[in-house]
Amino acid sequence: MVSLSIANVIELSYSSLSYASLLFLLASGLSLIFGVMRIVNLAHAAFFLFGGYIGLEAYNIFYGTASIMPRLIQLATWTALYFAWRGLSRAAGEGRAALGLLSAYIITEIVTSMIWDYRFIELFFPVIKLQKIDQVNFLALSGAIAVAVIVVGLGGMLIERFFLRHFGHDTLAQVLVTIGFAFILQDGSLYTWGGDNFMFEAPWPFNQSIMIADMSFPQYRLFMILVAVLVGLALLFGIERTRLGAIMRATVDDPEMARGIGINTNIVSMSIFAIGALLAAIGGVVGGAFFGVYPGLDFEILPYAFAVVIIGGLGSLTGAVVGSLVVGFMENFGTALFPELSYFALFAPMAIILAVKPTGLFGKG
Amino acid sequence: MLGTAIERRRIMIVLGVFAALALITPFLDLFLQSLVTEILVFGILAMSLDILLGYTGLASLGHAAYFGVASYASAIIMTKKSWVVTYAMFTWTDSAGLGLFYLFFIGVLVAIAFSAFFGYLAIRAKDVYFLMITLSLAMVVWGLAYRWSAVTEGDNGIIVPGRPSLFGFSLEEGLPFFYFTLAIFLLCLGVLYLITQSPFGRTLVGIREREERMEMLGYNIWLHKYLAFIIAGTFSGVAGVLWTLYNLFISPPDVELITSAEALFMVALGGPATLVGPVIGAAIIRSLQQFVSIYVERWPLILGSIYIITIMLSRLYGVDGILGIANKFRRSFAAENNPKD
Repeated sequence: MVSLSIANVIELSYSSLSYASLLFLLASGLSLIFGVMRIVNLAHAAFFLFGGYIGLEAYNIFYGTASIMPRLIQLATWTALYFAWRGLSRAAGEGRAALGLLSAYIITEIVTSMIWDYRFIELFFPVIKLQKIDQVNFLALSGAIAVAVIVVGLGGMLIERFFLRHFGHDTLAQVLVTIGFAFILQDGSLYTWGGDNFMFEAPWPFNQSIMIADMSFPQYRLFMILVAVLVGLALLFGIERTRLGAIMRATVDDPEMARGIGINTNIVSMSIFAIGALLAAIGGVVGGAFFGVYPGLDFEILPYAFAVVIIGGLGSLTGAVVGSLVVGFMENFGTALFPELSYFALFAPMAIILAVKPTGLFGKG
Repeated sequence: MLGTAIERRRIMIVLGVFAALALITPFLDLFLQSLVTEILVFGILAMSLDILLGYTGLASLGHAAYFGVASYASAIIMTKKSWVVTYAMFTWTDSAGLGLFYLFFIGVLVAIAFSAFFGYLAIRAKDVYFLMITLSLAMVVWGLAYRWSAVTEGDNGIIVPGRPSLFGFSLEEGLPFFYFTLAIFLLCLGVLYLITQSPFGRTLVGIREREERMEMLGYNIWLHKYLAFIIAGTFSGVAGVLWTLYNLFISPPDVELITSAEALFMVALGGPATLVGPVIGAAIIRSLQQFVSIYVERWPLILGSIYIITIMLSRLYGVDGILGIANKFRRSFAAENNPKD
C-alpha cells in the first residue's frame, strides 16, 4: 500500500474527474440505448474505437497526409451497387439479382487480380494508411468530431434498422448480434487502418499543462471535462425540454400508446440508437488523445462502461453521471494505491451495490 | 407418453456417435486428434452453460469466469513452487499417481466457490441485469488474471510443464489424453443428463417457462436458480481443468468476455435445452476456427458474421439452433404421418 501526499490526491482527483468525463461520454450512450430500447449494446465500445479511428482519418485528410479519394470511390461504389441492386431486383427478382451481382463481383475480382495486382474489394472497403499528426488546431479537432459523429451515427442507424429491430426484447439474440458487430468493427478497423497505436495530439491551447505549486494539470483533461459537461447538459436539455425529448419519453413509458397517437416509434428507436452510437464516437475522438487509438481498446474499456451503468443504474442520466464519477475515482485511486488489485477495487464495490440494489443506484427497472 | 422409446433411441444414437468417435480418432492425424479433444473440452463448457441458459432460461455472459478460475487454480498448484503446501500436496499425490484427482478436486472446488459467491450476487437480478452482472463479475476474474501478476503471471500466462499421470499411466501423448478427456466428457454428459431428467431439472424448465406459476406452486425459485448456477459453474470448472491439461498454458484471453460470448453462442447455435446441441455448436465453432484461421487472416470478421447470420436466420425462421431445425422437420414429418396427433 502506497501512502499519498495531499498533492498526489489533488492530482489524482483531477485525472479521475477527466477520466470520469470520458466514461460519461461512453456510458451515457449505452445507458440511453438501454433505457429506451432495452438493448444491451456490446458493440458500444466498438463504436467508441471506430469513432476514434474515423476522427484520426479525418485529421489526416484535413492535413493532407491521407487522400480522401478512396472514401469518395467507396461512396460511389456503394451507391452504384445500391442502384444496380434496385434495378436488377425489380427486373429479375431478389434472389437472381443477388446471385448475379455476387458472380459479377467474383469474376471481376479474379480478372482484376490476374491483369494487374489490385484487390477489387478495396473499392468497397479501402485500406487507409494513417500518419501521426504533429501540427493540430482546434478547428481540425471539431471537424474530426463532426465527421466521426456523422459516420458512426449513420452506421448505428443502419444496424438498428436492419438487424436489432427484428429481435424485440430477446436479450440473447441482441447480445450475440451486437457482439458479432463488435468483432466485425474491431477486425474491420484492423483491416482498414492497421494495427499501430495512434495517438492524437491535443490541439493548442490544450497541449499545455498548468503548474500550480509543483502540481501539473494537463489542460487537455480540462477539455475532456468540458466536452462531457456540454454533452451532458445537451442531453438533459434535449430529453427534458424539447419536443423530440417528449416523444422519446412517451415512447419509453408506453410504446403502444405512443404509436396510437401517431408517433412513429420505429424512427424514434432508430434515432435513439444513432444518438447513443454518436455519443460513443465523440468519446472516441476526444479520448484518442488520452488512451490513444489501437485495436483491442474496445474490449478493454467495455467493462468500465458496464461498471458505470451497473453502478448508476441503466437508463438514467443522473445514474450515468454518478456512475462515471464513482468508476473514474475508483480506477485512478485504486491503481495508485493497489496497482495489482485495481480491477478488484473497482468491481468489488459494484458487487456490493448490486447485492443491495440490483437495478443500480438510480435505475428504475 | 411416447417419450421413453424416442428418448431411448436418442441416447443410443448419442452413445453410438461417441463410440464411433472413440474408434475413429486413433486413425486421425495429430492435428485432428487435438481438435477433437479441444471440441470435447469446450463441449463440456457449452453443456454446463446449457443448464443455465437452455434449461433455466438465465443468459449468463460470464461463464468463462468459472472455467478460468478452475483453469488457473490447477495451473497454479502445478507450477507455483513458492506456495509450499499446495505444491507439496501436488508432488505427493502425483508421485502416488493421483495428481489428476487432486487437480480436479481443487480446480472444481475453486469453481464451485466462485460460482456460489457470484451466483449469490447475480441470481437476484433478472434478464438483462443478470446478464450484465455476470458479465462484470467475470471481468473481475479477468482483471485478477491480467493484473495480479504475483499469482497469475499477468499477461504472460502460466506455462504448465506437463500432465500428471493417471495411476502411473502417462497422458503426455495426444491419444491417451483424448481417451481421458472423452471419459470425463461422457461422465459429465451422463450426470448432466440425469440432472435434466430429474424432478429438479423439470422444475428448472418450469421456472424458465412460467416463473410466477412455479412460485405459486410453492417452489423455491431462488434456490433452484442458485443451484442451477452452481451446477453450471461446477461443470464449467471441470472443463477449465481439462483446458489447462490440454493446452498446458493459460493466459487472460482464455477468461475474457469473448470466451464467455463464444460459450453462449455455442449453445445458441447448437440448440438450447438439448445438452447435445451445445456440443455440436462447440464442434462447429472450434473446427471452423482451426480450419478458417489457416487460410484467412480475418477470422474475427468471419466469426462476427457467423454470429449475426445465425441469429438472424434462427429468429426469422423461428428455430432454436441446429437441433431445433431437426426437431422442426421431425415434427412436420410426424404430423403428416399421424394427422390425429
